Amino acid sequence: MNIKNDSTTGNKHAGDVPKELNEWPLWEVFVRSKAGLDHKHCGSLHAADATMAIQLARDVYTRRQEGVSIWVVPSTSITASDPAQKDNYFDPMADKVYRHPSFYELPAAVDHM
Amino acid sequence: MYTQSMDTLSPEEKQLEAAAKAKLRSAEELQLQQEFDARIDAGDFIEAKDWMPEHYRRTLVRQISQHAHSEIVGMLPEGNWISRAPTLKRKAILLSKIQDEGGHGLYLYAAAETLGTSRDQLLDALHTGKAKYSSIFNYPTLTWADMGVIGWLVDGAAIMNQVPLCRCSFAPYARAMIRICREESFHQRQGYEALLTMMTQGTESQRAMVQESVNRWWWPSLMMFGPPDAESPNSEQSMRWGIKRISNDDLRQKFVDATVEQAKVLGVSLPDPLLKWNVARQHYDMGPIDWPEFWQVVGGDGPCNKERLAARVDAWDNGAWVREAALAHAAKQANRQQQSVKAA
Repeated sequence: MNIKNDSTTGNKHAGDVPKELNEWPLWEVFVRSKAGLDHKHCGSLHAADATMAIQLARDVYTRRQEGVSIWVVPSTSITASDPAQKDNYFDPMADKVYRHPSFYELPAAVDHM
Repeated sequence: MYTQSMDTLSPEEKQLEAAAKAKLRSAEELQLQQEFDARIDAGDFIEAKDWMPEHYRRTLVRQISQHAHSEIVGMLPEGNWISRAPTLKRKAILLSKIQDEGGHGLYLYAAAETLGTSRDQLLDALHTGKAKYSSIFNYPTLTWADMGVIGWLVDGAAIMNQVPLCRCSFAPYARAMIRICREESFHQRQGYEALLTMMTQGTESQRAMVQESVNRWWWPSLMMFGPPDAESPNSEQSMRWGIKRISNDDLRQKFVDATVEQAKVLGVSLPDPLLKWNVARQHYDMGPIDWPEFWQVVGGDGPCNKERLAARVDAWDNGAWVREAALAHAAKQANRQQQSVKAA
């Protein structure tokens, strides 16, 4: 099966849906759970436009005060790295252990620096 | 959640399954299959865009969409009592619970869509009767006590089914289940509390109403876990894939063991004369389940199958103009914005 995916969720592009089905476009929802924290991806939903997407996201993903701010992004706007390439793409960083503080052994007296 | 359509594949689906198994595969595909199997064995999560065998994909679409349909159809038996709830408090709780079910359906549809099947295709399968939903929702809600018993037994059984799915190998499904389980725990507690209120503060006839309701829902609740393991041929493959973690019979046993104690506290009896603690097994023994009834309900001849499906189809058809109008409005607004950008 050849699916054109978006990036993070792998959802089908809204544009790929056969016309006669006439689905509302797909949106990705990001919620900031409280002031000071990042917006985090929490799911997706269909909505006719951005205003409706925000309203539906409020009803669907924050029924129990899970958020103080919502972003919605058309799923088609997300570009992602290729999962089939993930080993090549991210592995080269594994041998650069000197990028981590634990690589450096210091005398106990100053080791908490 | 036990997926009834696993055991009731249509001839068309059976053909697809057989064709997928018989298909000759390229060396590259075999290599991908091996990598996939190794990831499953290592307990890795599979994400939507990762390579997966067709059979795994189809099985998941079937299971997740059936789960989603169950949430949505499950709103109907409870919706029956919104306008008849005895107090404003109970009405608010019931509304909230039903709203949750709608949300749970949505999380699950979204997870199924990541596998490349559109929402409209999923709904079409429900509306044309190709896809199933849990047999339990084909029973009627006759009394207010049914609202409490559904929370206690039906949601209790659903939670028992759903908690292991939080560790399902397909990550979008697992993530949806984590959210659902977190929200669902109130569903069971509110039901039990509503029953407890009637049992401890209610009248004689209210207590009798609770008992009558328990008697009606007990067996259908046990059927929610699906046929005995020996008669669930597709379970083995699902276990292998980490889509199913615990067998039908084991989950059912776990549910019975937990529920007997809760029934004692509530002060109701369970309608099974053979229900008895087995010291050797350290579990409750139970009487035989009426499987012909189960297959009859799954097959479409339960008390409310036609009514439930008709309600869903009506809602979809009568809402068509709203969906179209929203799209037309969005297109008009987008068009206007484009015009004003051009003009500026």
